[in-house]
Amino acid sequence: MKPSPRYALLWLLPLGFLALFYFYPLGSILALSFGRGEDGLAAPFLEALGSESIRRVLGFTVWQAALSTLLTLALGLPAAYLFARFEFRGRHLLRALTGVPFVLPTLVVAAAFSALLGPRGWVNLALMSLLGLDAPPIEFLNSFAAILTAHVFYNLTIVLRLVGDFWARLDPRLEGAARALGAGRWAAFRHVTLPLLAPAMLAAALLVFIFDFTSFGVVLVLGGPRFATLEVEIYTQTISLFNLPLAGALSSIQLAATLALTVAYTRLNARLSRPLALRPPENARRPLNTPRRRLLAGLTLGALAVLALAPLGALAARSLVRLEPDRGQRTAQTGLTLEFYRALASGERVSGFYDSPLGAIRTSLGYAAATVALSLALGGPAAWALARRPEARLSRILDPLLMLPLGTSAVTLGLGFIVALDIPPLDLRASPLLIPLAHTLVAFPFIVRSLTPALRSIQPKLRQAAAVLGASPWQAVRHIDLPLAARAGLVAAAFAFTISLGEFGATALVARPEFPTLPVMIYRFLSQPGGLNYGQAMALATLLMVVTTIGMLGIERLRIGEAGEF
Amino acid sequence: MTKSFSKVSGFLLAVLLAGCAAQTPEPGARRTLTVLTHDSFAVSDEVVAAFEAEHNADVVFLKGGDAGTALNKALLTSQPYADVFYGVDNAFLSRAIEEHLFEPYESPLLADIPDEFELDPEHGALPVDYGDVCINADLAWFEERGLALPASLDDLLKPEYAGLLVVENPAASSPGMAFLLATIGHYGEDGYLEFWNALVDNEVKVVNDWETAYYTDFSRWGGQYPLAVSYASSPPFEVLFAEEPLDTPPTAALTGDGMCFRQIEFVGIVRGAPERELAEAWIDFMLSPQFQEDIPLQMFVFPVNTNAALDPAFVAFLQEPENPAFVSPADIAAHREEWIEAWRAVVLR
Repeated sequence: MKPSPRYALLWLLPLGFLALFYFYPLGSILALSFGRGEDGLAAPFLEALGSESIRRVLGFTVWQAALSTLLTLALGLPAAYLFARFEFRGRHLLRALTGVPFVLPTLVVAAAFSALLGPRGWVNLALMSLLGLDAPPIEFLNSFAAILTAHVFYNLTIVLRLVGDFWARLDPRLEGAARALGAGRWAAFRHVTLPLLAPAMLAAALLVFIFDFTSFGVVLVLGGPRFATLEVEIYTQTISLFNLPLAGALSSIQLAATLALTVAYTRLNARLSRPLALRPPENARRPLNTPRRRLLAGLTLGALAVLALAPLGALAARSLVRLEPDRGQRTAQTGLTLEFYRALASGERVSGFYDSPLGAIRTSLGYAAATVALSLALGGPAAWALARRPEARLSRILDPLLMLPLGTSAVTLGLGFIVALDIPPLDLRASPLLIPLAHTLVAFPFIVRSLTPALRSIQPKLRQAAAVLGASPWQAVRHIDLPLAARAGLVAAAFAFTISLGEFGATALVARPEFPTLPVMIYRFLSQPGGLNYGQAMALATLLMVVTTIGMLGIERLRIGEAGEF
Repeated sequence: MTKSFSKVSGFLLAVLLAGCAAQTPEPGARRTLTVLTHDSFAVSDEVVAAFEAEHNADVVFLKGGDAGTALNKALLTSQPYADVFYGVDNAFLSRAIEEHLFEPYESPLLADIPDEFELDPEHGALPVDYGDVCINADLAWFEERGLALPASLDDLLKPEYAGLLVVENPAASSPGMAFLLATIGHYGEDGYLEFWNALVDNEVKVVNDWETAYYTDFSRWGGQYPLAVSYASSPPFEVLFAEEPLDTPPTAALTGDGMCFRQIEFVGIVRGAPERELAEAWIDFMLSPQFQEDIPLQMFVFPVNTNAALDPAFVAFLQEPENPAFVSPADIAAHREEWIEAWRAVVLR
């Protein structure tokens, strides 16, 4: 098929954005890093591959990412099925809550797991008093298990949203027809549902894998000093050891791996997707009214509760309980308190550059809103071009490139911004605009990955019918594509929103301290000694969870155009 | 929701415009000084306002990440975008000097600062504040068991202190690096690995960050380890930021011979600074008692200017190390990588 110039035009905005705010800074910093080496371009690569400790880091990075991704899918797919196909009380709230981990700073997640499973976490305390032990029986923090658990905790929402949402709109009659023709429950799933779900599952697995592959904070804080991923090693080489050529080589290796993965994904995905008649999700949802369904729901919700909700609950509980260990018997926590919230509200005993909690919420929401708008405006056209002309050469080249920002070392890119964006009018080094721009880079792949399958599944005959009936191409888009893609657009918006609230990659930027976001304030409190500081960090983290939950519920309730009514 | 979003976007836009406006200089108008610093920097609003009023200038602070990251950002740009960089410490100082980050400036206030803090003979980097990294002990834990506090690094190797100490990884944490330097300063380049080997045999625990060491593993906050590498300032802060008012700190810093390492933070004028004259005034201001007295409660470190008065809580509870270990910036520069690698080989295997 001849590529139409109009589709090429769709790429103009997203590509221009990526060129200016991604490829240019990245190229600048890599050129600078390699330029500091004295023995040519190949030397740092040979150093990296020749070093046994770096080879070990590479192996560990791949291994932990693969295992984490499998575990995330193992829990995420049943949960996605449950949310897609069944109606039960608390569904919306639960779905919103599963998005909360995504926004929590790593140190807060570490505090949450510590509150749950740490030496004096609720679980160890209960076991100690139950079994009459002197020492906590569970040693969870700084272990491989902690890394895997935290990765599942963080990324479950990706599977739930990308797969769950697509699943919800698959026509259940397809599987019903297979059953009617004599296929068993499992055969119908394997031969009908699974192939249809495959593109969404692949997209989710790829995103989860890339996140785990480039994991930084989780490995550093929850894994401890015995574990290092490539991203951790890049940080150590850049900041601690100032070996920029080696850091540049490691960044390039990480990028190449991401690119190889996404190219493989794109090829595979092109063969898997097909147009589908998607249904409004409400039609397909059934009540949990048989023992078998209840058992499935119970098991899945139980696993969700243990993995996703218990740490969140433990964190919230920490903000309401005095932390001071009891002087006499040093085993139990004592007393409920609102002191931390009171201290936050009064703003006493805080140092400069603090804002009120409300002010910080406003700043965080402002950046999040800007990120949602920007990433939808840029990701929408890209997804549309990919969906309508997947076989065009341009699409096949560009599709894998869109994922690269996720696989890029944040330390490297952060330095790249400083090095590259230094000449007016593009001197953005100190501009607050850099924050939504950086968040959009991370959100962009999510937008494209959640919009493309939905847009691709729209049957061309609908558009053709509209054209036959006299609709202009734009009218067809407005009345056919937009409403059908609106649900996926909400999923995309939810990702952009949480990515921004969670401050992804923003630590790599230069920030104006006058308007701290919630995560920034949490970090400040957490890095200071004293019970009141720790308690206020927990209270702010709880506020962040509440704001996120409300935001996610709000996004789910939004209706774009006529979505939900078709 | 949509309404409040648009309000917020309006606010953002205002911030943006303000940012742009601040960057276009007009002759005779208010000048703007840009200070690049790290995430832990803080200062009281009224202190900054005093400087701004006196010099008819606006001070814009930029935070560039943790201390190491912020320094790299200051070093790697070819177009200076800050007039002043604050926050390079003695563990990183040689990197700033080797890369020619600073222009020399011999502030008259250096006269009020003890010579031991001045590590850059060219006066490119001027000392602002210091903090001692020391082991903190949970006093109640030792009292309950009738065990004496360790009085020296050697004591930590005794069987009665087995499995009691948690330290931070020097490759990932600044207090962790400082404690490694303390052991190098005390035992020398030839002896420190032997000490760490014995410490590993005595079941030292290693974590990556101060937050985990202090708030998860330190027994003061519920962990299993009554000794944790932290700061000499942590005990007074336990009093200042206690949940319930306390008369005395529940913890103590172990300040015995060579047990602590002194971190000193420096400020300097960035090479090619657009506002050199204003930058000089700002550095004088940072070294003057007004700014220096604001430091402890803002940044949890202490003024180098001997004329700066301290809050009573610090006078009462801050322990001064007897003989902090010393390693010169040149030595640190020359050996930093090999020390960290050697430490990793001994402790993390």
